[in-house]
Amino acid sequence: MKALRGFWAWLRAVSGDDAYERYLAHHAAAHPDREPLGRREFFSQRQAAAWAKVKRCC
Amino acid sequence: MASLGKWVLWSGVTGLGALAAGGIATAQGESINAWWLIAAAVCVYAIGYRVYGAWVATRVLLVDGRPTPAVRIDDGRDFVPTNRWVVFGHHFAAIAGPGPLVGPTLAAQFGYLPGTLWILIGAVLGGCIQDMVILFCSTRRDGRSLGQMARDELGPVGGGAALVGTLMILVILISVLGLVIVNAMKHSPWATATVTATIPIAVLVGFYMRGIRPGRVLEGSAIGVALLLLAVWGGGWVDHHPLLRTWFDHGPLPIAYAIMVYGFAAAVLPVWLLLAPRDYLSTFMKLGTVALLAIAIIWLNPVLHMPALTQFVDGSGPIFAGKVFPFVFITIACGAISGFHALVSSGTTPKLLTDERDIHMIGYGSMLLESFVALMALIAACVLEPGVFFAINTAPGVVGEGAQAVATISSWGFPVALDQMQALAREMGEATLFGRTGGAPSLAVGMASIFSSAFGQGLLAVWYHFAIMFEAIFILTTLDAGTRVGRFMLQDFLGNFVPALGRTSWYPSVLLCSGLIVGAWGYFLYIGVIDPAGGVNILWPLFGIANQILAAIALCVGTAILVKTGRERYFWVTGLPLAWLTAVTSTAAWQKVMSDDPRLGFFAGASDLAAKLASGVLPPEKAAVAPQLIFNLRLDGWLTMLFVALLWLILADTGRVCLRHWRRASAAMPAGGQA
Repeated sequence: MKALRGFWAWLRAVSGDDAYERYLAHHAAAHPDREPLGRREFFSQRQAAAWAKVKRCC
Repeated sequence: MASLGKWVLWSGVTGLGALAAGGIATAQGESINAWWLIAAAVCVYAIGYRVYGAWVATRVLLVDGRPTPAVRIDDGRDFVPTNRWVVFGHHFAAIAGPGPLVGPTLAAQFGYLPGTLWILIGAVLGGCIQDMVILFCSTRRDGRSLGQMARDELGPVGGGAALVGTLMILVILISVLGLVIVNAMKHSPWATATVTATIPIAVLVGFYMRGIRPGRVLEGSAIGVALLLLAVWGGGWVDHHPLLRTWFDHGPLPIAYAIMVYGFAAAVLPVWLLLAPRDYLSTFMKLGTVALLAIAIIWLNPVLHMPALTQFVDGSGPIFAGKVFPFVFITIACGAISGFHALVSSGTTPKLLTDERDIHMIGYGSMLLESFVALMALIAACVLEPGVFFAINTAPGVVGEGAQAVATISSWGFPVALDQMQALAREMGEATLFGRTGGAPSLAVGMASIFSSAFGQGLLAVWYHFAIMFEAIFILTTLDAGTRVGRFMLQDFLGNFVPALGRTSWYPSVLLCSGLIVGAWGYFLYIGVIDPAGGVNILWPLFGIANQILAAIALCVGTAILVKTGRERYFWVTGLPLAWLTAVTSTAAWQKVMSDDPRLGFFAGASDLAAKLASGVLPPEKAAVAPQLIFNLRLDGWLTMLFVALLWLILADTGRVCLRHWRRASAAMPAGGQA
């Protein structure tokens, strides 16, 4: 059960499924004075940044 | 006690590895099974990882616990300290593409032995070291890219060569991958319908992840993967429908044009619509299928029907021309050493590392896994009867059609019968399997036979088209992501001359640069399609040379950094693979340019074709395309020379930088002082 939960956490992290939650945690710690991005804005910004560089190999 | 246990374990690993490798190498004339290769591989990997890789990491690179850029900068966007297993997953998913599946399949024409040895030795001593050293160098430089490091360490010449090399390899890579899927889809309504369906499925997933449930990557991917599996089944339904099947039954040229339109659209459209969702789907599909293949091969332990060495080591091979040295080392780039990995190892992965000591596991380890994927592909190709393997992978321009092809291939000592090929094609749900060059279809046949034996007979056609879909989806991902990256690089480059063109969101520039990139690879794809010899014979070696030269550039950067940072005693860690790659690529390029054999030498091929055209011995359909082929052969010859010139330029630059450093060091410290 523990292994399964670990795998699920890994899968969420590696696929970016939990990226917004991580961002919120980071934002609350680093910039508590500013309003964080909404889920949709965060996701589209993140995607645009990821696809402007070499992301996949041959 | 613990040390005794360790000693026993590692002696056992060494002994087993030596036994398996010896068994493989001496099993002439006897067929061996897959476990021999897997045992040899696992032992070589274990020793390479624990002994050489660990030594390089701790004694040469001197990784320590200093804060990584991710920990120091931690901006929540690019620099994010991430769990090591998550970084490993990211890094492996990024480096593992279609290359390690196609290259080993083509190289199987030499037999299983040369490819296996190069995949194992090349990875342990070359590819893993390159990936790890570049990852380390980039981590110590705040995640700078390979191009930036080349400029910083070698100067503007090195930086320029890295940029040009990367752009060239992108163009050649995309065209050859396009050719591979064209050959899988031509006159195959099932494959074409299934692959076409992946586009609307990706768009649907894109809308889901953006509009309906923003950022729910796993939900969207699960829906997409389910739809993809449905598309495999649906393709079979289309194939049996008398009207619908005609909509998806096309020759190679229309499919090639469709791929060019698709590539252009993917580079221009917003990423969330097509590129990003397709990438999620292809990554899950890829990792799942590769894992399934590994399990099936280990479970089934199939016998390899391909001999250890074939007569084609002498250079007369029907799939591509050229002797085993240097061409096996060119053909298998990804899976042994791939320059493209240096682009991921610098820039992206270093910004996620939490602990420098994980560089060994992430850089060295994920390349070992990629090498294992290449070995799986090699096994899947060698499981086929050699006659069948050659019938699928040889172009009609080389062995003729149907009965003639069967007779020619059987005369090589690899018996195959016409009705056998027809029965196989029927089982796979295809009209014909002859001349489906490029490696993907023969790999799909191999995978289908392995999967159906392991997971239930009778579904061969479904497994075959599942394998084709799996290959096509991540070839298309490489194709569209590559076109887009190429567009950005070109915009960045042209922005130096016309600033407006450098604005990545200015639409005229977007359209122009995307069009230029698609035009460049589209040209090579077009020529590959109209070439009666199959095109792979020309394009794959060109791609291999380009990729190995990019690897050489990365190793030059690594060597220069080792020397400049007081590790000059160990410069051979990257210097030896660099010397080997230089020898291999220079020899291959020399032969591709200078050889008198019209199948091997570009200029000899052009002259031969021109002479045939002038004397009127070519049939009319070949005479019509001959002028374009002649032009292309000469262009490829010049391109090869450009690649090699680039390599020697950067080598000279590296030599200059290293010598200058040595001279300064010895001037500062006479009488052989210690640094």
